[in-house]
Amino acid sequence: MQAYIAKRCLLFIPTLLLATLLVFFLLRVIPGDPALVKLAGETGDASFTQAELHDLQAKLGTDKPLYVQYGKWVWGLLRLDFGQSMYFEDPVAQDLADKFPITLELTVLAMLIATIIAVPLGLVSAIKQDTPTDYIARIISITGVALPNFWVGILIVYFLVLFFAWMPPLGYANLWEDPATNLQQFLFPALALGFFEMAFTARVTRSSMLEVYREDYTRTARGKGLAERVVILRHALKNALLPVVTVSGFQFGRLLAGTVVIENIFMIPGMGKLLVDSVFHRDYTEVQAIVVVITVSVLILNLLLDVIYGWLNPRIRYA
Amino acid sequence: MVQESSSIPVSSGVPVRGLMPTGVIWQHLNRFARRKPLGAFGAVIALFAPFIATHDPAETNAALVYAPPGSQLLLGGDQLGRDVFSRLVYGARVSLYAGLLSAFIGASIGMVVGVASVHFAGKTDLIVQRIIDTMMAFPPLILAIAIMAALGASLNNVVIALSVAYIPSAARVLRSQALAVKEMDYILAARAIGAGHGRIIFRGMIPNCLALYIVLVSVFLGTAIVAEATLSFLGIGVPPDVPSWGGMLNGAAQTYVHLAPWLGVFPGLAIAIVVFAWNLLGDALRDVLDPRLRGTW
Repeated sequence: MQAYIAKRCLLFIPTLLLATLLVFFLLRVIPGDPALVKLAGETGDASFTQAELHDLQAKLGTDKPLYVQYGKWVWGLLRLDFGQSMYFEDPVAQDLADKFPITLELTVLAMLIATIIAVPLGLVSAIKQDTPTDYIARIISITGVALPNFWVGILIVYFLVLFFAWMPPLGYANLWEDPATNLQQFLFPALALGFFEMAFTARVTRSSMLEVYREDYTRTARGKGLAERVVILRHALKNALLPVVTVSGFQFGRLLAGTVVIENIFMIPGMGKLLVDSVFHRDYTEVQAIVVVITVSVLILNLLLDVIYGWLNPRIRYA
Repeated sequence: MVQESSSIPVSSGVPVRGLMPTGVIWQHLNRFARRKPLGAFGAVIALFAPFIATHDPAETNAALVYAPPGSQLLLGGDQLGRDVFSRLVYGARVSLYAGLLSAFIGASIGMVVGVASVHFAGKTDLIVQRIIDTMMAFPPLILAIAIMAALGASLNNVVIALSVAYIPSAARVLRSQALAVKEMDYILAARAIGAGHGRIIFRGMIPNCLALYIVLVSVFLGTAIVAEATLSFLGIGVPPDVPSWGGMLNGAAQTYVHLAPWLGVFPGLAIAIVVFAWNLLGDALRDVLDPRLRGTW
């Protein structure tokens, strides 16, 4: 098991470096020189002198060769220094320290809601295969996959206003300081965000449960006279949940990405809202930093999942 | 696993020379339309929607600002008095253009990368797989937003951004298929007679990965339509003057959703119905083309 964990961790480092390289070149090479973009202004036709360009290039460091810029940037990342925001001209690290916990809370809440509803839904759907219960569960999950999360968000706001004349409180209340207001603010965004994953997880649970249901060990469990409840919960569900764990890494990534939309609808001042605002401001350092933070979060979660998976499933560990 | 019998040679591992003949395609379409009427209906609606508009989607009319749905405007008017119905119909073009093209380009590049990586094997495969692995860590929407940040808002940039976002998963899925195809006798035979890399990849391996490729395109299509709408909704996709479903949900549709709910309801409904129909189409295609995957979802 130790060897397995060590191998996973070693693989993690090159992947991380490659990820930073991809982000850097994606954002630095395609648009050309950020200094030019900044001087050209919002409309792209503001006038400036050659000297001003040189000064700004020197300030932003874009006059150096690309590999030097990349090296400096990665060295900064290692010390959690994400550079200066090109628009707000304050340290990006401070922005991220403020916004990341908000986005993380929204993501975790959405994941909790999705999993708590999805697993029983998929389970019931599989046990009662081809009955009206199954059809209803399947309709819920197919609709969930087809509805874009921003539309679900808009509809939730609409129905809350229409039926309850109520809107989630504006602004942001810290979870630890004012949990009641915080939950009022986050519950509905998390529902809108988690709806798709709920549908998706329910489908995965259903299909893997149906598969496990036909396995020999399920028949054996039943054959030795165990109660159906024990067969389902102890023998079948435990194995059926393995694929659910596998997809949860992707789900976490998708949810993090989904917060971009949901935070913009519900006016939550998190990282997703900052990302869209930064795209509008053409603030490359900020965009770059947020993309790296999201990607590294996904990578770390995948690493954790690999370890958990190896622990749950010995066949993987020794392969 | 039970291997179901199929009339299509692709899934039984027998080589296919070139594409399927037209007759076979019609036969499949016909069977598909009978088996999955809703999927076929969705495809027809999606393809012919652009020809049903009643007004100019850009025509503003002060008298029709926030006009409720009814006799004057079928689905009501928006904040500038433009016809929501006509904008929806024209928005279908944007949606399908971005969806079809990016699903097609993303899956195609992904297929070539995945198949070539298997063919060249060894170090090439290892390096390509590491890069794909890393790209998979970027949530597709975040990757697309980053690319849009670099390129700026326009319809074709949306297509580029989404295509790139689909490459890694297409390469991953088709790689697994290519691994199986590579071991087939006919690839061995092609190598034995000294066929070049290009011939083995494009004439030997890719035609035998096409079934999975078509399924993948149809799966991507549904998500690409949602992704385009999401980008346009955020204001970083299609420019605001072009009618698009996502863009229609932005701004006034959100702020005035309680006063003019039709602004928020209909575009979302359009997205949901089209995506739902394409998903059904994808499921149906998968059943027809790759019976091994039948019933797994």
